[in-house]
Amino acid sequence: MTVLKTSFIAAVFWPRLKRNRLAMTGLLVVAALFLASLLAPLIAPYNPTEINAWQVLSPPTSSHWFGTDELGRDVFSRVLFGARISLKVGFVAIGIAVLLGSSVGLVAGFYGGWVDTLLMRCVDIMLCFPAFFLILAVITVREPSIWNIMAVIGLTGWMGVARLVRAEVLAIREMDYIMAARCIGCSDLRIILRHILPNALSPVLVAATLGVAGAILTESALSFLGIGVLPPTPSWGNILTSGKDYIEFAWWLSLFPGLAILVTVLAYNLLGEGIRDALDPRTMK
Amino acid sequence: MTTYLLKRIAMLVPLMLGITLITFTVIHLAPGEPVDMQMAMNPKVGKEARERLTKFYGLDKPLHEQYFTWLGKLARLDLGRSFSSDNRPVLDKIKERLPITLSLNLVALVIEFGLAIPIGVLAAVRRDTILDKGITVVVFLGFAVPTFWLALLLMYFFGVKLNWLPISGLHTLGYESYSWFGRLWDLTKHLILPVCVASFGSFAGVSRYMRSAMLQVIGQDYITTARAKGLSERVVIWKHALRNALLPLITLAGFSIPGLIGGSVIFESIFAIPGMGQLFYQGVMSRDYPVVMGILVIGAFLTLLGNLIADISYALADPRIRQQ
Repeated sequence: MTVLKTSFIAAVFWPRLKRNRLAMTGLLVVAALFLASLLAPLIAPYNPTEINAWQVLSPPTSSHWFGTDELGRDVFSRVLFGARISLKVGFVAIGIAVLLGSSVGLVAGFYGGWVDTLLMRCVDIMLCFPAFFLILAVITVREPSIWNIMAVIGLTGWMGVARLVRAEVLAIREMDYIMAARCIGCSDLRIILRHILPNALSPVLVAATLGVAGAILTESALSFLGIGVLPPTPSWGNILTSGKDYIEFAWWLSLFPGLAILVTVLAYNLLGEGIRDALDPRTMK
Repeated sequence: MTTYLLKRIAMLVPLMLGITLITFTVIHLAPGEPVDMQMAMNPKVGKEARERLTKFYGLDKPLHEQYFTWLGKLARLDLGRSFSSDNRPVLDKIKERLPITLSLNLVALVIEFGLAIPIGVLAAVRRDTILDKGITVVVFLGFAVPTFWLALLLMYFFGVKLNWLPISGLHTLGYESYSWFGRLWDLTKHLILPVCVASFGSFAGVSRYMRSAMLQVIGQDYITTARAKGLSERVVIWKHALRNALLPLITLAGFSIPGLIGGSVIFESIFAIPGMGQLFYQGVMSRDYPVVMGILVIGAFLTLLGNLIADISYALADPRIRQQ
């Protein structure tokens, strides 16, 4: 069963996913976010970094839908531009985690023996660290910047993927078609990349979708603590920092960026669960 | 059982070494040297003093030598001195803050499991009813709510709007004059919001896990047997089924420790609780390398210890392993 063949997607995966209303809602929200962050400069009514001393901490009005912040910047425009950061962080960080995790899982599962033991011990060790501590420690010695954040979230989040891929590889390794590939003289690299990897990808797809949600949450928490994306660049987390400072006077500063995070993360989670159900062989007819 | 325990404990050694190696590597990713940081805070220090400091920290030695020196000190529980102005030993600083973080997390863990288990069971027993669907919606929202945002909302409603609960610290100013009971009540009031936020973090995951574990157990033959014997549904679910579904939860509790400890950075800095998370955050902000390094190692060791306790409890709780 080659999971990621186009025919499979068209005949099985997509119809099954389409039946799942929650997953489709998630997909729709994710698509809308992509569009919104792509078109942010066109949609945004104001420049997100433009300071307006006459409009400080204004509650939501018809000209400022989400109100303004302590510098008079339009919160709606800032939330819109914040979507760009969240999507970028989600994808790049999880891209790194998937790449690293899959490589480790493939090598460990395929070669077995001491290579496997060594790599899996590394996974165990990495899992001992509270992820948030490790991320903060790296940020301590490196400057906080969006690139560092993405790299660090990726480099501390690959262990789950490695374990998933390894487990898949252990099962696939024993299949007849692998034996066949060996018999016709395929190199290890070709077997791993052409024959094992495509068949081990379906749990990775689920983990990656859910992982994007996790990465967005981590980035927002870091930015909230002032060690992620730094102002004036708007990110949902750092808008919430001023939300905290002005919580007694300006509820809108806390409400809207938080809702944006909630909706985005919820959408990715629903989509991830939907993909999991659609790929689950136990429920296939 | 004894062999299992010994094996399990022997495995700790390479893991601990790995933890120290990663911690050491992370801190030495720094572009400058730690001395530069300390110097930057005090521009008056000259070149000579700089060299003295470098010698003092052993930074002129090759990296592997530095690692072994640090490891040797670590084995003697010497974590060095903080770069901050008080210049106190890191171990003392951690020692006075660790109990706060640990007890807070323990309370949160108990509340989290105490709520998540019955809710998960209920969702499984009433599968596909309105109740189950309602719980699922709440759980999915729970997965998606950023804990720091939840903290902000709770602070706004209960602290600012309703003015029921204090929003920062552990004590009211002048609490020393209160009676013993008054002090306890004061502390409880300060802890309600942080504990809510801390336990909410993995509540969704645990109840979701409990639901699927319960569904799996309910489908087993021995549950049918129990029902066939004419046992009441209450006994079947809450005794026969629950006991079996609870086992994997022990491991889950072990796994949730790093999340809880890591999460303490967020809620301790929001609610201004003087715990280890806040110390770590302050260390990160002021680039206090010894503090960051020390807490990183201790946080990882605590996780290791938590997993060990979870594994041993699992072995003790599961008769199939106990009797081996």
